[in-house]
Amino acid sequence: MPRESYKVETHQYDVVVVGAGGAGLRATMGLAAKGLSAACVTKVFPTRSHTVAAQGGVAAALGNMGEDDWRYHFYDTVKGGDWLGDQDAVEYMCREAIPAIIELEHFGVPFSRTPDGKIYQRPFGGMTTRYGEGTAQRTCAAADRTGHAILHTLYTQALKHDAKFFVEYFATDLVKDPRDGRITGVLAIDLNEGTLHLFQGHAIVLATGGYGRAYFSCTSAHTCTGDGGGMVLRAGLALQDLEFVQFHPTGIYGSGCLITEGSRGEGGFLTNSKGERFMERYAPNAKDLASRDVVSRAITMEIREGRGVGEHADHVHLNLAHLGADVLKERLPGISETARIFAGVDVTREPIPVLPTVHYNMGGIPTNHHGEVVQKVGDDPDVVVPGLYAIGEAACVSVHGANRLGSNSLLDLVVFGRAVANRCAEVIKPDTPHHDLPSDALDPALAYLDRLRHANGGTPTAELRTRMQKTMQADAAVFRTADSLRQGCAKIDEVFAGFEDIRVSDRSLIWNSDLVETFELANLLGQAVGTMHSAEQRPESRGAHAREDFPERDDAHWMKHTLVTVDDEGRCAFDYRPVHSNTMTDEVKSIPPKKRVY
Amino acid sequence: MPVPPARLKRLQWRCRRGTRELDALLGGWLQDHGASMDEAHFATFDALLERQDPELWDWLMGNAEPPRADWREIVDEIRLRAGFAP
Repeated sequence: MPRESYKVETHQYDVVVVGAGGAGLRATMGLAAKGLSAACVTKVFPTRSHTVAAQGGVAAALGNMGEDDWRYHFYDTVKGGDWLGDQDAVEYMCREAIPAIIELEHFGVPFSRTPDGKIYQRPFGGMTTRYGEGTAQRTCAAADRTGHAILHTLYTQALKHDAKFFVEYFATDLVKDPRDGRITGVLAIDLNEGTLHLFQGHAIVLATGGYGRAYFSCTSAHTCTGDGGGMVLRAGLALQDLEFVQFHPTGIYGSGCLITEGSRGEGGFLTNSKGERFMERYAPNAKDLASRDVVSRAITMEIREGRGVGEHADHVHLNLAHLGADVLKERLPGISETARIFAGVDVTREPIPVLPTVHYNMGGIPTNHHGEVVQKVGDDPDVVVPGLYAIGEAACVSVHGANRLGSNSLLDLVVFGRAVANRCAEVIKPDTPHHDLPSDALDPALAYLDRLRHANGGTPTAELRTRMQKTMQADAAVFRTADSLRQGCAKIDEVFAGFEDIRVSDRSLIWNSDLVETFELANLLGQAVGTMHSAEQRPESRGAHAREDFPERDDAHWMKHTLVTVDDEGRCAFDYRPVHSNTMTDEVKSIPPKKRVY
Repeated sequence: MPVPPARLKRLQWRCRRGTRELDALLGGWLQDHGASMDEAHFATFDALLERQDPELWDWLMGNAEPPRADWREIVDEIRLRAGFAP
């Protein structure tokens, strides 16, 4: 029970979406367009969501720039994901990519054009034609601001269809109907007014993004704290495949800011403390252009073996100076500025200090291809949790499997945002009346809020957050071993226990960053613990999960999804779901596992 | 007269942007200038934060100029702080 009584205003909608990035906006807009009443609750203004950072583009086999077929895209995605992706869901995503992108075009996303007016498409790593033979030009872009263009367009569309936005509202917890346990709402703080709000919906859609900020060096904005995943764990539900965390090979040392893969595409190369171009040893053919996970592992090995650069020999150099100022300016706009500000180097004269940096969570809230959250109950691995949906980086459908391909993340957002809208339109009748909740329904969520608000221990939130981030960085890193993970589990458990001693110094509810960051830390911590322990459980190497002591993939035992729950005490429990190796239709054949080589 | 700390909290929240880079640049500036900010300065920065991320990025990188002189002043300060020559 909360210590004080809180006044809570209730809002009822057919569907409540939490989060206003690409996935949340696509869902909100689609729901409203289908005549459902839709509310979107978001902690930051929609066009300031982290989707803004997605500049590269969105993949769809439109075939505007040469031969392509969604089946090739399907093959690339299954292979890229190292056979952990569910092939029925991958089929759905790659097939639906085409109408989903055409729709975006009609909504008004200003895609770059070919001379004859079609959507321009560029090549991207891992995207091939004819099942790995050629290079596909599959990635649609709106100049270098595709993410922002999509957000802006979808937000405008959602408003046009009369969706309601609750901006700068921080969602704290899911709310269950205590009579049947069904998830029926979400509690949120209006940061501007300091008031509390219950958003009730026949469906609750979590579009809350990834939890990159669990790591010390990550490319994510402050806001990427995986709030939906945290809420799901507190509701006693399992998350899936958390051990699969993608590292981008070239984050700037110290700041985490991203240096695009294009820099190596244009001729940039990596060197160690001896000045050696070490990628030649690890990937004799692709060299510096090898895939993200390969380059990240190579850098890690160099540092591990004492050939890192800098005072602590803990990073490597990315060299661009030989390209010359003109090429840099013309083909890599913005890199010189980014390097100057965030690394303090002049790229025309000096190399950029870089290291592998956390970039994307393949794992998340398990769903089917409708975006419905699923759990394993008894022997049934696909039991739908009534009324709960998840989409985007928050979710694990699983289309990315063990490793996501570039330009498949924006695609995931729009395809499954759209899928949720379609599904809700099928199962919910507009303006269906809500059952009033019993008076104690909000007690757990209010008690939690009250506990954090009055937390009076000795550890400031920022201090515990740094401990978590450093632990994850050290022990749930690019390479993992039984020893590092065992040690990491003990350390992250200790950090989790440290939350008991957290101190929130500001007791107000208005613009209280200290309190919000404490909620966010709790959300991150649950997923950090789940990630470390899930990684320890998996003795094989697959995609982004690289075990030094188990270098091979083990399909016989481990071609399955990890499910992890984390209880109030930070104790993990595990179960597993089979990978769907079957496709959804006979339009495409299932791809049997083979060794993933490029 | 400096703006009371309680009102600065809103600006602090709105320095949360879509990218890590903008978080650092805008949040860093507020950290330096928040304590000494007067009402006029507050209003200027508040209005600046209303602008879209790609636009702010272009201004901060020197690819374009903000349309308001008082915004240019802040943008120049952030650029200076980030190591660009004035």
